[in-house]
Amino acid sequence: MGPQHPSTHGVLRVILKLDGEKVIGTECVIGYLHRGVEKIAENRTYTMFAPYVDRMDYIAAISNGLGYCLAVEKLLKVEAPPRAQVVRVILTELNRIASHLFWLGTHALDIGAITPLFYTLREREEILKIFEDYCGARLTTHAFRIGGLQYEVHDGLERQVKDFCDYIVPKIDEYEELLTNNRIWVERLKGVGILTADECKQFGVTGPVLRAAGVQWDLRKAQPYSGYEKYDFDVPIAHGADTYDRYVVRMLEMRQCVRILRQAVEGIPEGPILAKVGKVIKPAAGEAYVSIEAPKGELGYFIVSDGSTQPYRLRVRPPSLINLQALDRMVRGGLVADVVAIIGTLDIVLGEVDR
Amino acid sequence: MKKFLRTIFLVDLLQGLWVTFRNQHPKHIYTEQYPAERPKVAERYRGAPRLNINPDNGETLCIACNLCALACPENLIVVTSERNEQTRRKELTEFTYDTSRCMFCGLCEDACPVDALELTQDFELATYTRDGLIWDRQLLEEGPKPTPYRF
Repeated sequence: MGPQHPSTHGVLRVILKLDGEKVIGTECVIGYLHRGVEKIAENRTYTMFAPYVDRMDYIAAISNGLGYCLAVEKLLKVEAPPRAQVVRVILTELNRIASHLFWLGTHALDIGAITPLFYTLREREEILKIFEDYCGARLTTHAFRIGGLQYEVHDGLERQVKDFCDYIVPKIDEYEELLTNNRIWVERLKGVGILTADECKQFGVTGPVLRAAGVQWDLRKAQPYSGYEKYDFDVPIAHGADTYDRYVVRMLEMRQCVRILRQAVEGIPEGPILAKVGKVIKPAAGEAYVSIEAPKGELGYFIVSDGSTQPYRLRVRPPSLINLQALDRMVRGGLVADVVAIIGTLDIVLGEVDR
Repeated sequence: MKKFLRTIFLVDLLQGLWVTFRNQHPKHIYTEQYPAERPKVAERYRGAPRLNINPDNGETLCIACNLCALACPENLIVVTSERNEQTRRKELTEFTYDTSRCMFCGLCEDACPVDALELTQDFELATYTRDGLIWDRQLLEEGPKPTPYRF
């Protein structure tokens, strides 16, 4: 199966060992999109490398940028000013909704429901418009800089975000109307691709896949960064650990994002947007690991500095790659038609798997 | 019993179908008629590069400081300059910008101390040759000239 298969969300090749309709083994072949991002980092200065991280998980480029900036800021021992932190939270949460919307559309398309794709991409367009107004790019945004933000908030960001919050909630209801009780959807997803909490922990699976197995683990709550401790939100969990519950968790998560957004736009503090980091970023020798809750799971950046302007080593812990490891366990013993549903439910982005 | 009736009358499927019908209304059309109607991109859009000239005397604003070339992650900007013996200033001679490798990250315009290099709202950068993607100083000052389409 693959690499040019419409349901592998990119260029993933899965070698399936079949016994009739039953899957008895899989082997993933990855690396078709390998660009050597970690090696590129060693030849670029800290500032120059920032646009490259957007190209890993291009569906959620802003989360990648946030993780990278936080990691370098930890090395430099600076913190972004409060105003920058709030704007970061707003954009990251918008990006989380965009990522989940895109996931919902493509996942439903894999299962055979074509309609949601058009609606979700229409709503995602509104988010991309906000990004375009804020930083001038829609997908590979490069919105954050080390130490804060480059761009001052444009006029009407608050209005746009508030309007979007009012706009998206009825739309999420609409998707639920289309899918949640739909018998085809339910029967296609219930009990498919079960990954229990213990197995999740063994594989290091994070994000909505872990939360659908009943583990309340969200780095925004567990290790708050960028001022997430100030916002009041819940971490939705489910206990079925199957594909349907992962859908439910992601839908609830989108509603929680709206809650965070509403709180964040209410109080954007005044003040500077960039901490004093200097034109040339030259952290002292040392190492730093920062992980954030990206839409797909725990996204970590490990940077080793040797005191020069370029990282000595940069390692990315991509949620997609780690979550993909569990594919074999999830599809084994299932039907070949469910493989597509399970790849979809893991929410992988091949740019991030291969880097 | 209620569940049985809901199953018989396909309530769940009709519910979804009703959503689809609600969205059929002509006011929900989102398609952009692109070449006929050019979309309005954001003010901060990072598109085609431009080397700004002073509108009063037509001279370039660039001071040939080479900061943009140093800031570029892809090393795609080449700035050459020569010293003017009379004014003892560096003057720009040639400026090359390779849009084929550019990822429009905006680091060069951030680095520019005099707002000479700017990423503009033009987004139609396609050409028929690879050489056409390498912009020299003249092209950067004039900006791209997209083909107007008539319908």
